[in-house]
Amino acid sequence: MKFAGGFSIGQFIPGESFVHSLDPRCKIAAAFVLLGGLFASSSPPDFIPWILCLAACSRASRIRFSSVLRSGRPVLFLIVFTVALNLFWTPGREIFRLGFLRVTQEGLAAALSMGLRLYLLVMFAAMLMMTTSPMSFSDGLERLMSPLRRLRFPVSEMAMMMTIALRFIPTLFEETDRILKAQISRGADFESGGILKRTRAFIPVLVPLFVLVFARAENLATAMESRCYVPGAPRTRLNPLEWSRRDTAALVCSAVFVIFSLLWNRHAAAAISSFVTWPV
Amino acid sequence: MGKDPIISIRGAVYSYKGAPSPALCGADLEVLPGEWVALLGANGSGKSTLAKICNALLEPTQGDCFSLSMDCRDPACVPLIRQGAALVFQNPDDQIVASIVEEDVAFGPENLGLTSGEIRRRVDRALELTGLSEHRRRGSHSLSGGQKQRLALAGALALEPKVLILDEATSMLDPEGRAALLECLRELNASGMTLIQITHIMEDIARAGRIAVMQSGRIVWDGLPADFWRGEYLRFGFDEPGELALYRELISRKMIPEGTRPIAEDMAEALCL
Repeated sequence: MKFAGGFSIGQFIPGESFVHSLDPRCKIAAAFVLLGGLFASSSPPDFIPWILCLAACSRASRIRFSSVLRSGRPVLFLIVFTVALNLFWTPGREIFRLGFLRVTQEGLAAALSMGLRLYLLVMFAAMLMMTTSPMSFSDGLERLMSPLRRLRFPVSEMAMMMTIALRFIPTLFEETDRILKAQISRGADFESGGILKRTRAFIPVLVPLFVLVFARAENLATAMESRCYVPGAPRTRLNPLEWSRRDTAALVCSAVFVIFSLLWNRHAAAAISSFVTWPV
Repeated sequence: MGKDPIISIRGAVYSYKGAPSPALCGADLEVLPGEWVALLGANGSGKSTLAKICNALLEPTQGDCFSLSMDCRDPACVPLIRQGAALVFQNPDDQIVASIVEEDVAFGPENLGLTSGEIRRRVDRALELTGLSEHRRRGSHSLSGGQKQRLALAGALALEPKVLILDEATSMLDPEGRAALLECLRELNASGMTLIQITHIMEDIARAGRIAVMQSGRIVWDGLPADFWRGEYLRFGFDEPGELALYRELISRKMIPEGTRPIAEDMAEALCL
């Protein structure tokens, strides 16, 4: 048993691609623009350009498309749950019935749209994190949030917290896996029984994990202090952020793509929808 | 005229909140520039507390502590002490802040407010010294245990310290990783850096130029390795390193001169002379 094997949301993949080299502020802003556009898509054909856009981003970042697709696995349960909810509980013209569960034409379309939207949201967020190192991401976020300093919001501290949280994701998963294996070797059973029994079986994993996390946080704080870190004090950067023309171009391209997708939704997707007749 | 000590601790006392007894009760230690001091002692003897006092992470409740001729109690001196007497801890996973090797090495210089050019110079040098240059763009979590500890060392070296304090930094490494780290430390010491190495591993101690033993928050023995290996180590309950029996035999047969360190390469060199 491996805990969340292959977990990769928030896990940076070092690289030298075009997407990797973009300013993190550009990537964060572009991600927000794209995610906003994604919310405007509602019927299954609306998502065709988005899937192509994701594939193009994957190619430009030199990260295999399969790796990008796999990054949605940790939230697969949530997506399946949402799809099921939409599929069986949306009223409309009935296609078929499975006992007390009714699958409707509208439900099928809603389930497909919701599933695709959620999955694509996770994929685009994963693309951002896969191509931006946590340090660079927090630098970008810190600069974007810098106006909040006027309201005495601890921007630098928040950014540092985010860097550390992202840095420790793989470490904590490794630790969880180690504790799981240690408990399995002592006879713990995490794979049989109902959901309640399985949840209860995780308590002996959570207790040492929390103890470990607190001990690690304490040690890390000491180590950071010994490396001259002072919360809130100004810091310089190894790679200072520099906005270039290609960052502007990338951001403009994202905005143009969103406009294109809106036009697609209105015309092409509507035409495709009118062609497709759902099985009744 | 002798050199002034780079670290000077006199009568240091320190108690952790809620602890039944003080971690340090009158510890004295003087370290000269360029020395390699091995600090030994059982768990709870106060070694790590002493290291944190040298780095100005803790302030002694009594006694004096001067690191690089600066008073550890003076808040204005604290950042300069932390920069000049860098500390490397036992578990590298607890001290690596960034996800990318070079970004982690840059963390200390970034905190000092240096220019990006100077940060890059320091990062390049620290990576070169620790043999991690080819891994600079790798994810820190993907390194081996030995590489992670060398990364922690590089992070400390990027501060360009005069004193390097290693708090059991070799204890979690395999023999290969330990050998690589010790070789790196040997080179640093040869270039003039002062080393204070807290360790339980007898092979590590053999390389030090001076040994200090701590017990119950005090330095109870301080002297040369040759004197320590003559039998003092037994008094403090330390194990005999594998090479020591051979060393003793070679000394008793006058095959190697007195003062040779009980480490394989030194003994081999002395035999070949």
